[in-house]
Amino acid sequence: MNRKTLWFFMLPGLLLYTGLFIYPALSGLFYSFTNWDGVSTSYDFVGISNYKDSFDSIVFRKAFFNNVKFMLTVVIIQTIVSLILALILAKNTRTRVFLRALYFFPAILSSVSVGLIWSFIYDPSLGLLNTALTSGGLEQFTASWTGDANIALYAIAFVQIWAHAGQMMIVFIAGLHAIPEELMEAARIDGATRFQIFRKVTWPLLAPSATIVVSYTTIQSFKAFDLIFVMTDGGPNYATEILTTYIYHLAFSNYSFGLASAGSMIFLVLLGLLTMAQFKALRRGGANG
Amino acid sequence: MKWIGRIIMVLYALLVAAPLYFVMTSSFKTSQAFFANPLSWPNPWTIQNFVSIFDAQPMWQYFWNSARVTLSTVALDLFLGSLIAYAIIRLGGRMGRYTFVYFVAGLIIPSQVSMLPLYSLVRQLGWSDNLGALILVTAAGLLPLTVFTLTGFMEMLSKEMMEAGSIDGASEWKIYWRLILPLSGPSLAATAAFLFVMVWNDLLIPMLLINSTDKLTLPLALMQFRGEYVTDYTLLLTGVVITAVPMVILFIFLQRFFVTGMTAGSVKG
Repeated sequence: MNRKTLWFFMLPGLLLYTGLFIYPALSGLFYSFTNWDGVSTSYDFVGISNYKDSFDSIVFRKAFFNNVKFMLTVVIIQTIVSLILALILAKNTRTRVFLRALYFFPAILSSVSVGLIWSFIYDPSLGLLNTALTSGGLEQFTASWTGDANIALYAIAFVQIWAHAGQMMIVFIAGLHAIPEELMEAARIDGATRFQIFRKVTWPLLAPSATIVVSYTTIQSFKAFDLIFVMTDGGPNYATEILTTYIYHLAFSNYSFGLASAGSMIFLVLLGLLTMAQFKALRRGGANG
Repeated sequence: MKWIGRIIMVLYALLVAAPLYFVMTSSFKTSQAFFANPLSWPNPWTIQNFVSIFDAQPMWQYFWNSARVTLSTVALDLFLGSLIAYAIIRLGGRMGRYTFVYFVAGLIIPSQVSMLPLYSLVRQLGWSDNLGALILVTAAGLLPLTVFTLTGFMEMLSKEMMEAGSIDGASEWKIYWRLILPLSGPSLAATAAFLFVMVWNDLLIPMLLINSTDKLTLPLALMQFRGEYVTDYTLLLTGVVITAVPMVILFIFLQRFFVTGMTAGSVKG
């Protein structure tokens, strides 16, 4: 083994990653203690006042709670939906293999495209959803899906699930295929009902996959940005403002770069806490499975 | 029980397919037909939307920008990432582990956190509005994921094989290039598929770094069309279709790699 050569192999990637990823991420911490506007050449140090201002800001708090609401909605519903789809499509028949590909398909579309498509569907006057409801005689259920502050966040959560449930279904199917057929067979011979088999055999053996799906979805939905940016840009009246759009708006609409950097750092800490919880859960899930 | 499953199967298929059907058919309709009934089958079929959008917009340019950025970024990440993964495994021990952790640490930092300092760094370097800078920045951000997945895959290749190669007197480069890379084909393809989707569809980093019209990537162009074609729904949806075409073609032919790559990526990312 030639150590020198091996280090030489890593050098270009190491430089690229350090220079254009690690260094900027660290310098964000530095800017969070300044009042920089992002454009001018000078700035002052303001201590921890950006952090104080963040916690005092009503918009920041609103964004934080929206983040939590969005995350919980997506995690709970997407996990249940993808699990049900996986159970239905686990067998390798021709139709099921085709449907797996179809359900997975939205995951390869750009979130800009997905956001535009669903903006049309949700459009209050011309949109497909309201048109369909009206022609189905369900006029009382029509709504301004992304314009109504009470439902906009959930309307976008629905789109997020539409785009990614199929991808998570694949993780569950892989988990189901790893369960030995004999176990199910044995349970069936012992006279277990379908539900009992699911509860006592399938579900415990599926726990590692479930942990993966839940933790991935948690992180993925917590750092959501594109869909909300495209569909509502945080509106109406901050109803869909989440931390990432809040940071973006502070930096690029208000030119409060320092304050936005503090927001980024708080966001990173929250994400770190979630990731740590995820690692713990993964280890526990792995031990059980 | 059986028919409940069947019903869910059909309903979910409709839920996924209906919006896709709507986009596809709308792009082949006249505006009048669209407004008369957005869900109708195109009658007559027209390719006028495609003609108009290519006439009115530098679509080829956008397409070419996206293709260049995606191909270069994916190639760069696969090359640098596989070199790093190989070196990490060969080094082994404490050094190998530390290097691995250093790269994987980047997995928890999303571009939403590094976006502000990246934006200012690129400005300070005078690299704003430059596709080359976009490639480097995107590649740097996706390197942690690439290193993570490739190291995982390569660890499954037997270490003895690498040892045998070096006993035979082959140089590290030869072992990497002639032995390990060819054996890693399927895992490289799966990682590539995952990276392709991420880079082709990315909005945030291009939005931060690019501003002149002739350098837009397709997702950025779509954002711009939305402002321009406020009422020209069919044109906008045609843009959506054009943006999706390359990914759809890749997905149809390389479905296996997409599914394994994106699943592995989600398990690890």
